[in-house]
Amino acid sequence: MWKYILKRLLMMIPVLLGVTFLVFFILNMTPGDPAAIILGDQATPEAIAQLREELGLNDPLLIRYVRYIIDMLHGDFGESYKNGISVAAQVLDKFPNTAVLAVAGILVALVIGIPVGIISARKQYSALDNTSMVLSLLGVSMPNFWLGLLLSLLFALKLGWFPSQGMGSGFVPLLRSLVLPAITLGTGSAATVVRMTRSSMLEVIRQDYISTARAKGLDEKVITKRHMFRNALIPIVTAVGLQFGTLLGGAMLTETVFSWPGLGRLMVDSLNSKDIPMVLGSVLFMTIMFSFVNLAVDIVYAFIDPRIKSLYSKAGFKKRRVVVA
Amino acid sequence: MNGKELLKIEDLEIRYETDDGIVYALNGVSLHVNEGETLGLVGETGAGKTTLAKGILRLIQTPPGKIVNGKVYFEGKNVLAMSDHDLHQVRGNAISMVFQDPMTSLNPVMTVGEQIEEVIAVHNNSLSKEEIRERAIAMLKRVGISADRIDEYPHQFSGGMKQRVIIAIALACNPKLLLADEPTTALDVTIQAQVLDMINKLKTEMNTAMILISHDLGVVAQTCDRVAIIYAGRIVETGNLRDIYKNPKHPYTVGLLDSIPSLTRDTKRLKPIKGLMPDPTNLPSGCPFAPRCNYASSACSEAVPELTDRGNGHLVRCIKDISGKEGQ
Repeated sequence: MWKYILKRLLMMIPVLLGVTFLVFFILNMTPGDPAAIILGDQATPEAIAQLREELGLNDPLLIRYVRYIIDMLHGDFGESYKNGISVAAQVLDKFPNTAVLAVAGILVALVIGIPVGIISARKQYSALDNTSMVLSLLGVSMPNFWLGLLLSLLFALKLGWFPSQGMGSGFVPLLRSLVLPAITLGTGSAATVVRMTRSSMLEVIRQDYISTARAKGLDEKVITKRHMFRNALIPIVTAVGLQFGTLLGGAMLTETVFSWPGLGRLMVDSLNSKDIPMVLGSVLFMTIMFSFVNLAVDIVYAFIDPRIKSLYSKAGFKKRRVVVA
Repeated sequence: MNGKELLKIEDLEIRYETDDGIVYALNGVSLHVNEGETLGLVGETGAGKTTLAKGILRLIQTPPGKIVNGKVYFEGKNVLAMSDHDLHQVRGNAISMVFQDPMTSLNPVMTVGEQIEEVIAVHNNSLSKEEIRERAIAMLKRVGISADRIDEYPHQFSGGMKQRVIIAIALACNPKLLLADEPTTALDVTIQAQVLDMINKLKTEMNTAMILISHDLGVVAQTCDRVAIIYAGRIVETGNLRDIYKNPKHPYTVGLLDSIPSLTRDTKRLKPIKGLMPDPTNLPSGCPFAPRCNYASSACSEAVPELTDRGNGHLVRCIKDISGKEGQ
């Protein structure tokens, strides 16, 4: 198990290198001179040229990339072009805000998604199942920011129940300001979770061991909980993990709509001002977050399914998989 | 022969309503099982054997399955009319079932111990956790698995061992009736005999009656007191083991017995029954076996023959009076 985790952590290195290189390369291709942006409209060409030299922007792309990686390995992610504050400090400053929103959003998704998915599967083709399927299709297809705008119009501007902008400080104001963005983020994820839970449960419902469980004289509730749900859990955990990983990277649209001071907005702002170190830093952070969530999901698998656990402990660095029939 | 009547099925009809039409899986099956005896239920694939066993415990998936008609009396009470609560008391406790495929019949994410303990716990509310575990260990030992494997998962067991676990689950509450749906079909031939012997030993020790479903007449001959032959959802012949094997009266039974290879008879080729079983969505109006029958006459396709008594509880669903000897 530990070997497996170590192996997965090592595998993150090439992933991170690839992501940084790609972002580095793409940002380099976009028009606009960072030096000109930093110095503003009034800058003289000489000043711009001098700054370019100072920032090392005249060196070849590959050299700049290697320099960035070396700095990164020393824990230095550079400073923002815009305000000179360290990238790491800014990202870490915004991350808790995004994390709070991500957790709230995923909670909304789980609380709605899992029960509705289970009931839908147990009562397949009933009116309830059909309704929830139509609603979840709507939820998946509806753009997040649009839902956010509608919610904000109704509950914040018209009814005044919740604030429409920003993040409240203090427990109750924080909760109040969380409601609308969390629902906005959660509904899309909830729809995915409903569909995944339903289809995964339907697959399990037809298994022979469910007949065995019924033949034991167990109550349908116990069968659903103990025998069906746990076996249906792997695809559900995968879906929830992917959603959560994405949310942790910052929900750009939702954060923008609700002026939530998170990573998503930080990234949008940095992109607009072509603040390359800032963009690189936040993309790198998102990638790390996403990889960690995925690793966590894979570890959770082992606790759900003993077959996967035994596979992990067998798969060391070499592939010595002994399949016992 | 043995004890009083335990199970009595009357006129059981089960259909599957699918998009391709109605599958007439069981068309009025009546049979009985006495305490402690073993009834062999023999038929080809698709004859309705599994549907019958599942029907007894109301385990038919609805939809598409539907119990249309009939009664299943267990100790005088109609299982089909019971409340869910009463039904749960019967399942796994008084009547239990062993399924065909051990590879898929155990829950992969629960230890075998948990799966045995579960059935004991649900039917014995008064037992403590330790007592339940003790019983589970005892049961595991009875089916020939050492106690230290109780916390292992199904994927750590071979097919034969899994089937032993399933049998342990089925017998854990000392049931009066065991429904064994081809319990050895999915196993290696060498393991088949072991598992079958074990079932036989345990059921005799516990005085459990059994319906053994099989398409293997050899297995049935070894184990059963009485035999029922099922064809296209109907019992076509039933009687004592000896009557059926030595004096078969229905052409289908004769055909089945003739298709067993024999070392004592001097035959070069096996004698298969020609043709296939009729499509259960579209059964012929008369005797369903008539299209394949060597003795068929025009009268056979007019109506489904009734079961008639040929003495000593030997019932045959055929209008002819043939004997096995003439058929050869």
